[in-house]
Amino acid sequence: MAEPILSIRDLAVEFATDDGVVRAVDGVSYDVHRGETLGIVGESGSGKSVSQLAILGLIPQPPGRIVRGEALFDGKDTLKMSKRELRNIRGGDVAMIFQDPMTSLNPVLKVGKQIGEAIQAHRNVSDKETRDRVISLLELVGVPNPKRRYDQYPHEFSGGMRQRAMIAMAIANEPKLLIADEPTTALDVTIQAQILEVLKKAQEETHAATILITHDLGLIAEMADRVCVMYAGQVVELTDVYTLFAAPRHPYTVGLMDSLPRLTVEEESLRPIPGQPPSLINRPPGCPFHPRCFLSQGRIRCREEEPPLRRIGAAHLTACHYADELEGRVGHLAEPVAAEGH
Amino acid sequence: MVAREHEEQEQHEQELREVMETAPIGNEILRIESLVKYFPIRAGLLKRMVGQVHAVDNVSLNLVQGETLGLVGESGCGKTTLGRTIIKLLEPTSGRIVFNGGDITSFTRRQMREVRRELQIVFQDPYASLNPRMTVREIVAEPLRVHGLYTRLQGRRRVDELLRTVGLSPEHANRFPHEFSGGQRQRIGFARALALNPQMLVLDEPVSALDVSIRAQVVNLLESLQSDFGLTYLFVAHDLSLVRHISDRVAVMYLGKVVEIGSRHEIYEQPTHPYTQALLSAVPVEEPTQRGKRKRIVLEGDVPSPADPPSGCRFRTRCWKAQPICAEEEPALIDRGHGHPSACHFAEILKPLDVVETAS
Repeated sequence: MAEPILSIRDLAVEFATDDGVVRAVDGVSYDVHRGETLGIVGESGSGKSVSQLAILGLIPQPPGRIVRGEALFDGKDTLKMSKRELRNIRGGDVAMIFQDPMTSLNPVLKVGKQIGEAIQAHRNVSDKETRDRVISLLELVGVPNPKRRYDQYPHEFSGGMRQRAMIAMAIANEPKLLIADEPTTALDVTIQAQILEVLKKAQEETHAATILITHDLGLIAEMADRVCVMYAGQVVELTDVYTLFAAPRHPYTVGLMDSLPRLTVEEESLRPIPGQPPSLINRPPGCPFHPRCFLSQGRIRCREEEPPLRRIGAAHLTACHYADELEGRVGHLAEPVAAEGH
Repeated sequence: MVAREHEEQEQHEQELREVMETAPIGNEILRIESLVKYFPIRAGLLKRMVGQVHAVDNVSLNLVQGETLGLVGESGCGKTTLGRTIIKLLEPTSGRIVFNGGDITSFTRRQMREVRRELQIVFQDPYASLNPRMTVREIVAEPLRVHGLYTRLQGRRRVDELLRTVGLSPEHANRFPHEFSGGQRQRIGFARALALNPQMLVLDEPVSALDVSIRAQVVNLLESLQSDFGLTYLFVAHDLSLVRHISDRVAVMYLGKVVEIGSRHEIYEQPTHPYTQALLSAVPVEEPTQRGKRKRIVLEGDVPSPADPPSGCRFRTRCWKAQPICAEEEPALIDRGHGHPSACHFAEILKPLDVVETAS
């Protein structure tokens, strides 16, 4: 297989707080291959965003601290880069799309101008060329009247339009890696559908590898090629999207799918994961999921020994001691839907 | 002219009748008729009114004891305003609200106090709706004290019992809200809402702020509370999967109006309004093997401003079926032969959730 565009190894990030040290990301490793979409799914506090911020040098230090690990982007470790090198990468070879386009666009600059700045920060092009490029980018992401919109301010754009402008800015420099952090969470579902189309188009246009960070398994099912499931700062399962939904092999993934109501079926009752997500200051010993796990059933090994992320199939990794006991289990969401009748 | 007015009146009565008929047979708890809520837009030095936001525009609904009516729609459709106007946290502009057979539309705040014993609301954000300086015991006891029932109902014991009912421990009663997680805070909100043994709860996005794994716990709690106490829910939400799970009936709102209403089976399996169909087709389904195999209706553009809604059908500016008549004549919310009311001149069943083999 070709060299991955991004390769993260044993990354650990901590934050010092008044209550103690929060181990936000704890020994995370994964690769992102060229052209693929890697979905990272997890709940709040699972560390799904922090690892991305860390590799782009966006963790404020202090209170944050990168404890160990490496993040090879195109062969170079971004964790060892100078501020200047990082600035060159951000918005250039690596671009980010955030959840809230209102806070990530400058409210006092015209939208076209901002996108133009992003281009001129990385390339030596004339103002005229830049303007033409911005207008064609706005057109590509489906902003109507791009020439008029060029001269408008962010507040004159609706939420969906702002997110389109963000995507235009993100792909302006033909990035090799696109990081989309909850790109549609703030949007209504009909607008989300529009933005997903734009995102797919942008990927096709740039051939960029994409990391899609979300809590929404629906988005993952729709967009991702491979999926990385995170819990309490660790990767607990990693495999291709079809295997994950058809044959999840970590009890947390199974629980997450079980607890979701489905749009296409009328379900009598939901099966929640019991308990609360753990505190990242006082993480339970052993497997961080064991106090909520239906598989563990109080077994000592789960309480004492931290399960490593291990290979159980050609490209299927899980961090569970007893993953084989899930053998033969079909993912709840992939269960065949009974035809008509309820 | 007179004939036209007469016609409109008749149509209006037909709408009202058909909407009410979607309810299951039973004891009607709440009925709203032609409810309107406009917010003034003021501008200039004298704060003169220069326009109105048509947040809720002529909505009629009813709820029968023990049922859950799901109210769905996107942001700005008026679903939250409707919920708040029903319990008169907002004064209705016009229309009628009937609770337990009594007209409460013009009730004063004092009179509403009595009604709120029976009709309570739970808000979306458990971080904003609990007073941070009160202990959990004080929060849950407050409705009992306000109604002067604390002593009579043995308040202390009642609070302990309420906390147990919602799955919290009475030992938590002396803590403050910030010591709890989002899911636990929402449980505190439920305990407070249940303190006076209400008949009906308006639940405004009660689980939207919670993580997926916690959401299911809270939804299950709501369902068991409903069956234990015979509660009636108006469940306001934008999550269509969740609404399908929890509701008996579903009303879909767009730009201040109910555009379709029916049983959950009718709304999800036989939707006839183009907006409902687009909404359902836009939800990403948690099944990668169905990728590209469902027909997705991607709507053009954004929701128009509720301060200046389109003439005729409000959805026409984004509708792929729109014809000249849609701009001229507002479609009535009536059954056009599909078994449930839908406000579309060209209502027809389309099943956006069915898999169609378009991909190879």
